[in-house]
Amino acid sequence: MTDVPEPPRSVEPEIELRNDGGSGTSSLPGSPLLSIRGLTKHFGPVEALRYCDLDVPAGVVTALIGDNGAGKSTLIKAIAGIYAPSSGQIFWEGKEVQIHTPRDADELGISTVYQDLALCDNLDIVQNMYLGHEDTKFGLLNEIDMEVETTKLLKDLSVFTVQSVRQLVGSLSGGQRQAIAVARAVMRDTKLVIMDEPTAALGVSQTQLVLDLIKTLASRGIAVLVISHNLTDVFAVADRIAILHLGTLISSGPASDYDTASAVDLITTGGSTRIHSPLASTP
Amino acid sequence: MSTTSVTPSPEEELPATTDSIFRARLRHYRQGDTGMVPIIIGMVILGGYFQLRSSAFLSAGNLTNLFIQSTPFILLGMAEIWLLLLGDIDLSVGWVTAVGAAIGVILMDTQFHWKWYLALPVAVIATTAIGALQGLITIVLKAPSFIVTLAGSLFWEGVALYLIDDNNAGGTIPTQGGAIHDIVNSNLTPLVTWIFTLVVAGGMAVIVFNKDRARRASGLDSAPFFETVIKMVLLLGMSIVLVLLFNTNRGYNTAFIHLKIVGMPYAVPIVIAVLALYSFILFKTKAGRYLYAIGGNVEAARRAGVAVNRYRLLAFAMTGFTAGIAGLVYASTLGGISDGIQGGQLVLYGVAAAVIGGTSLYGGRGKMIHALIGGLVIGVIFNGLALIQTSASVEFMATGLVLLAAIAIDAVARRGASAVGR
Repeated sequence: MTDVPEPPRSVEPEIELRNDGGSGTSSLPGSPLLSIRGLTKHFGPVEALRYCDLDVPAGVVTALIGDNGAGKSTLIKAIAGIYAPSSGQIFWEGKEVQIHTPRDADELGISTVYQDLALCDNLDIVQNMYLGHEDTKFGLLNEIDMEVETTKLLKDLSVFTVQSVRQLVGSLSGGQRQAIAVARAVMRDTKLVIMDEPTAALGVSQTQLVLDLIKTLASRGIAVLVISHNLTDVFAVADRIAILHLGTLISSGPASDYDTASAVDLITTGGSTRIHSPLASTP
Repeated sequence: MSTTSVTPSPEEELPATTDSIFRARLRHYRQGDTGMVPIIIGMVILGGYFQLRSSAFLSAGNLTNLFIQSTPFILLGMAEIWLLLLGDIDLSVGWVTAVGAAIGVILMDTQFHWKWYLALPVAVIATTAIGALQGLITIVLKAPSFIVTLAGSLFWEGVALYLIDDNNAGGTIPTQGGAIHDIVNSNLTPLVTWIFTLVVAGGMAVIVFNKDRARRASGLDSAPFFETVIKMVLLLGMSIVLVLLFNTNRGYNTAFIHLKIVGMPYAVPIVIAVLALYSFILFKTKAGRYLYAIGGNVEAARRAGVAVNRYRLLAFAMTGFTAGIAGLVYASTLGGISDGIQGGQLVLYGVAAAVIGGTSLYGGRGKMIHALIGGLVIGVIFNGLALIQTSASVEFMATGLVLLAAIAIDAVARRGASAVGR
């Protein structure tokens, strides 16, 4: 039971948007931060994504779930600028945009935390946080300001388990490394953070650290899009859930509309008799 | 899990107790950052052993010789560190050094008779270009630097021999008292030696105190004042001992000849200047930071927006630049160049100096001062063994064992750090 693609229309999100006095006129008043309509991606004859519609509101944790090969990674890579969509539209803050390169995504304020975290183990936390955009004074590295800012950021994000920001990242636990990678992603005016399987390799207490961090980000008005296999984590943290099945976004809505059983149904078969809201789901 | 606040705010800053510093140090060692402590201890033990076997070891003349003998190893070590930090290596650095030496000596001390301020820069520019060329090939071909520089080693050996043999049928070109000769054979006056040493030691103290003060002003924790003072006092003490050593007359004194040789050889300030400049680049500039990042995780660096290839090329060029300086200093210690020059061995000493001092072969870990320590260790071994008159074979075996020990320490330290390796 797949959704018929609908033309773009105004959306009433369940949760009030952060009013950040955004960027001028929108063509979709009151629309969520990121809206995807009819996104399709071919790799040769293989159709990885078919007419996907998705809304990612600010200040809300949206979980993207689906079986292996459903197209989750492809979808976020299209948002992050690594793949150019074959067709479809992307709306950012109500206006249509073209995201062709990771730099385009970065300029919009989209940060991605990949599964491999992309951290340098031989550098400390401060050096990793500022890698590629170091703070300089007279052309020389401004270590003190960077250290002060990093300390402040970690405290803001309630990351307290790190003893010293001068610890080498290689000596941190998996959860701490994930926290650092996320903190780095939100350093610069980030509006949307995409996280690919953030808790996949973590133990129970470390998972909690990361889930708390995700909730903290959302409470600061940042939109969070999380891919996860782990339905327990999804239901612990997500405000909205979107389900991909064989390349089509078959269902999305508030997390309260779903439970584990219906989610598993949708993931594996593409349909479920068990959810309470109508399946012609609102994007 | 206890929630330790990341940094105490200025109001609630706890006094740094000896206990907490000790704990922090211990944490460093457990993390694998033993620093240079083991190898410095090793060097002291070696020195002590040689002094027992031959009381001439700690004489002013012999120690000055030791410093001079070590300088090529130190410089070659610094040349290799630029690439070792990336996880690359330059196997041709020995023969590139020979080419640099040949160009310098030929331009100055044969029929060309160039002035030193023209000949020496040309030699160094040539080796820098060679380094950059090998870097370019490595990057464009996406080939391992190991192979490209191995090919380079053979090629530049040919070039070096061509330069040397083509210019002098005897296969040897001696330096004739010019600038190259003076590098190790001429000295600063005792007064200038004092001034230089005190300025360098004083400058370092000023930098360290300033950094601590700035950190405290921003509310960051730093090493306690007395620890810094002790370190600076030790540094000053060692500097004074060094000056007294160099200023002791190490010339001949017999009934007929009174030859006074005092002061610090020019080679020493040259090495100190190179060490200071390179350390500055590595620790204080973005370029240096990016070299460490590329060596730690090249994909992470790339995703962070670092222009990886540009910095790799820079590192290759710096290796070439340093090899040129090493060549001129080496020519000075040899008294010229000859076609018997052991370019193949020089590269081994360069890598050995870097690794013995604590630089990792896998990339991402190392400092220029490692080359200084490692080069001195090799110098101590050669100097000491020669003094107690062992054969060259024993010298080689000893150096090999020391290198093996250094690699073992490196491997154990990496395991302790639980860092993800390459």
